Amino acid sequence: MISADISVMMPEIALAVYAMAALLGAVWTGKDATAPLVTWTTVAVFLGLAAWIGLGGQGERTAFSGMIADDAFSRFAKVAILVSAAAVLAMSQDYMTRRGILRFEYPVLIALAVLGMMVMVSAQDLIALYMGLELQSLALYVVAAIRRDSVRSTEAGLKYFVLGALSSGLLLYGASLAYGFAGTTRFDGIIATIEGGHASLGLLVGLVFLITGLAFKVSAVPFHMWTPDVYEGAPTPVTAFFATAPKLAAMGLLARLLHDAFGTATADWGQIIALLAVLSMFLGAIAAIGQRDLKRLMAYSSIAHMGFALLGLAAGTAAGVEAMLVYMAVYVAMNVGTFAFILSMEKDGTPVTSIDALHLYARAEPLKALAMLVLLFSLAGVPPMLGFFAKFGVLRAVVEGGMPLVAVLGVIASVIGAFYYLRIVYFMYFGTEREAVETRMVPVQWGLLMASAFVMVAGVVNLFGIEAAAAAAADVLVR
Amino acid sequence: MEKIILFAPLLGALIAGFGWRIIGEKGAMAVTTGLLFLAALLSWIVFLGFDGEVRQIHILDFIRSGSLDTAWSIRLDRLTAIMLIVVNTVSALVHLYSWGYMAHDENWGEGEHYKARFFAYLSFFTFAMLSLVTADNLVQMFFGWEGVGVASYLLIGFYYKKSSANAAAIKAFVVNRVGDFGFALGIFGLFYLTDSIDFDVIFAAAPDLAETQIGFLWTDWNAANLLGFLLFVGAMGKSAQLLLHTWLPDAMEGPTPVSALIHAATMVTAGVFLVCRMSPLYEVAPEAKSFILYLGAATAFFAATVGLVQNDIKRVIAYSTCSQLGYMFVAAGAGIYGAAMFHLFTHAFFKAMLFLGAGSVIHAMHHEQDMRNYGGLRRKIPYTFWAMLLGTLAITGVGIPLTYIGFAGFLSKDAVIESAWATGDGFAFWALVIAALFTSFYSWRLMFMTFWGDPRGDHHTHDHAHESPMTMLAPLGVLALGAVFAGMIWFKPFFGDHDKMTAFFHMPHHVAAAESGDAAAADTGHGEAAADAGHGEAAAHGGPVGAIAMSDTSAEVLDLAHHAPKWVKLSPFVAMLIGLGTAWLFYIRNPALPRQLAEAQPILYRFLLNKWYFDEIYDWAFVRPAKWLGRFLWTRGDGATIDGAINGVAMGIVPFFTRLAMRGQSGYLFHYAFAMVIGIAVLLIWVSLAGGAE
Repeated sequence: MISADISVMMPEIALAVYAMAALLGAVWTGKDATAPLVTWTTVAVFLGLAAWIGLGGQGERTAFSGMIADDAFSRFAKVAILVSAAAVLAMSQDYMTRRGILRFEYPVLIALAVLGMMVMVSAQDLIALYMGLELQSLALYVVAAIRRDSVRSTEAGLKYFVLGALSSGLLLYGASLAYGFAGTTRFDGIIATIEGGHASLGLLVGLVFLITGLAFKVSAVPFHMWTPDVYEGAPTPVTAFFATAPKLAAMGLLARLLHDAFGTATADWGQIIALLAVLSMFLGAIAAIGQRDLKRLMAYSSIAHMGFALLGLAAGTAAGVEAMLVYMAVYVAMNVGTFAFILSMEKDGTPVTSIDALHLYARAEPLKALAMLVLLFSLAGVPPMLGFFAKFGVLRAVVEGGMPLVAVLGVIASVIGAFYYLRIVYFMYFGTEREAVETRMVPVQWGLLMASAFVMVAGVVNLFGIEAAAAAAADVLVR
Repeated sequence: MEKIILFAPLLGALIAGFGWRIIGEKGAMAVTTGLLFLAALLSWIVFLGFDGEVRQIHILDFIRSGSLDTAWSIRLDRLTAIMLIVVNTVSALVHLYSWGYMAHDENWGEGEHYKARFFAYLSFFTFAMLSLVTADNLVQMFFGWEGVGVASYLLIGFYYKKSSANAAAIKAFVVNRVGDFGFALGIFGLFYLTDSIDFDVIFAAAPDLAETQIGFLWTDWNAANLLGFLLFVGAMGKSAQLLLHTWLPDAMEGPTPVSALIHAATMVTAGVFLVCRMSPLYEVAPEAKSFILYLGAATAFFAATVGLVQNDIKRVIAYSTCSQLGYMFVAAGAGIYGAAMFHLFTHAFFKAMLFLGAGSVIHAMHHEQDMRNYGGLRRKIPYTFWAMLLGTLAITGVGIPLTYIGFAGFLSKDAVIESAWATGDGFAFWALVIAALFTSFYSWRLMFMTFWGDPRGDHHTHDHAHESPMTMLAPLGVLALGAVFAGMIWFKPFFGDHDKMTAFFHMPHHVAAAESGDAAAADTGHGEAAADAGHGEAAAHGGPVGAIAMSDTSAEVLDLAHHAPKWVKLSPFVAMLIGLGTAWLFYIRNPALPRQLAEAQPILYRFLLNKWYFDEIYDWAFVRPAKWLGRFLWTRGDGATIDGAINGVAMGIVPFFTRLAMRGQSGYLFHYAFAMVIGIAVLLIWVSLAGGAE
């Protein structure tokens, strides 16, 4: 039996072994001197695993008495997580080397965080869920504070840790309540206790606490407060990482929990999720208007985008989950490109993140400005960019799920949100004469920026087939 | 060959419009003119060699959507063949004429290029007009209909630096839109009832439509009458009939060749063509037909009265056009479509010639258009004078009464007037006869004021008056041939002879009608038509209809018209003589008389001079309310309400919340943790309440 279990978890085990081997190997050999090598090896491992899971995975299997599942949903999420993590890691190497903060622990910690995420998205049990979540979080706490000599970086790490601990506590409390009322930690056991489409009140209270813990991870309002501070304080590559893979993982986990454990009580949690979604969309859109710092702005942007993704979940249907997955994939692709650009912004060798630095940027670098224009339009949801179709899919799912009012609110929020994206475009093309920003890019960053922008335009044709994979993944979850 | 005729002007327009920078302005002019002459030549070949059989020439599949399945094809029958020569001949001559007329233009500065654009527009217009007349279904026709509208808009507003030209262009477009609305409704209605827009299907279904009732607005209508009326509303707009005529005089803001081509010979006759084309429908829609008859007669009369007192040479001819179009509609309303087409045909020649002649006068007088400043130009510009004289003889209808010898207008206008008499409707007949009198008066008034008498106005201009170049005179010569001979040559097939007409228009229907025991027809010597009965019988049962249809009633009217009493045949001639005499009296014999008369009858004079106050009434009834409404919606609706709300939200409410959110983002951990706890509390309460309610 154990060999069958292990074969299901083979990619995770491989990653864990690699992470420990890399750690030991670097310590024994050149320590930080090996950091670039470890980084690139990690990138390669991520991509290799993504290919292995994406191309090799078939059917549905469970392991460890049903605690871990390997199905279309987990494979979709894992591939997305691995690829985005690889992209962020690849583009951050140059930045961190030049700032002298590239330690060999960084790629290893990222690898461990990714391992945690992979466990999260395949969890079928509250214990597995917590294990994956904590593995991811612990790694991220450290990564946020990786610039030990910087006050802001350590502050960011500390804030994240304290609030994360609080949310973990809430989540654990919820898990214990759920166990208390359902008598089991297994998702399929919990769902079996729900009768007639409604969970018992005790179970619901547990669910609320569980949702709270995960809402913290996806930074949904009102559990979002850490996001702007941490995004701003952490080194930019870390911010880029925070904005991509962990969001995907947490969103995947939330979808799993809601559908696998509480799937027959959609009416009970749909409204909660919708409330969180609407609050997130509006707060993200409104608060971002006041930001002059690109990283803080991207923090609010990600809050608003998470709101939209949650909207897909709130619909409680297979179409909703599919829309959410597509949305997350598009969101991650947009953020990779945008952060590739933010990473390259500097003045006299020090990084700049103020949006005022972008005045008349289009004159100096028309191609990059054009790529950013495409990405920002896509983030704002302007047709014909992919971002629009992602939003459209979510809104359609919501309307079909019987919540037209929520969809209208989503549209209004996205109109408000369009302002701050378009303002950056305005600065780039029609701003006033200011001191110009330099954007020296290594090929990886340039390539990712251009590829991301290109995808936003070319993906309109067929979304590169993501839709079919997302639909298959959603079918697994909502049966 | 038909395809070449249709697409040669389009090709010319594209080359001239987009390629003139490469081939030069002269090249663009040469290409468009050459292609037009080719098209004109081929049109004459088609017309003269045409046997009358309806043919369809498939070009491409046009629309397939639901039950609508239609092709883009050329419908070649007698009507199309007639229109082809009218359009292409006049257009080719106007192209040639424009070489001279547009050579120097004070509206454009040194180094500004306008000629290629002008020729491209002209050719584009010709293409649009050709697609209108060759249409095999209503949508195709509508395409051409709108295409000529666009071309007309572009050409009226050709001097776009003049605000009056822009205003005239907009007015033409907007007024036509009113008509087009009716036309479009008619097309929708026909598609709704027959499930097709192809002419063949609609014609075959016409008798059924006469039996159908259709609900529209507040009550039920006879389908054939309603649809006929709606289509005619479109024709009213395009052909400047009463109520929708106000744009035509203003359209004279365009260059004179444009007036000749679009606003005299071709586009404005599209309405007449439409009615003739839809003759199978109108033949079963008697009320719609009567409406056309009355409106045409009213227009003919109205426009002629206004033409009496206008001083701008082009406006006189414009009102004359309006009036002549009324004649055509009277013929169509009487059911004698042949006469309508005949008058259209001859009118195209002599009216184009009058316009081009007027253009030549204007050219000679350095763009002076007020006839009060002309006078005695006979000797200065002799060729133009002779051309104008022939045109005037043609339009006033000079000929030898009771024979078939005369200028073009003599035969065609008399045909119309006899048809009007034959309907038995006194109003239409007398309106037309009086209009003929007025026509004669204002036409001769124009001639006398321009070419006779002493030179008036600026001496300098008169001293430098010069004959136009050959490129302008040659078209006048060709058109003069048409104005003189077109009537005599084609009188019988268009109107004069029952049999020739039947063959000419390929009308099986009519033969069947004559055969159906109509004693009157047999008695009056047209019984030989019955010999063809077998053929007619076959055709009457779903066979292909001819170019025009004529019901039994219309056939009777035609017979009656052929055998009108002598006083009827003489009446237009007498009217013409009276008009000529009066004009002579007023402007040669005693030039002080007009002023005395105007002072004696100030109210009537003002009424006519101000065109029956139509523009003022429309301004008061439509333009001002529309502007008021627009301003209201703009300032109150859009400006105050919508912009105000958006601005309020965007600049007041949203920033307020932004500040609030930023204040909340204090940086203190305990604030953040507090927010999370509050959030959880709210969610728990929500769930408890929702759960408790279950």
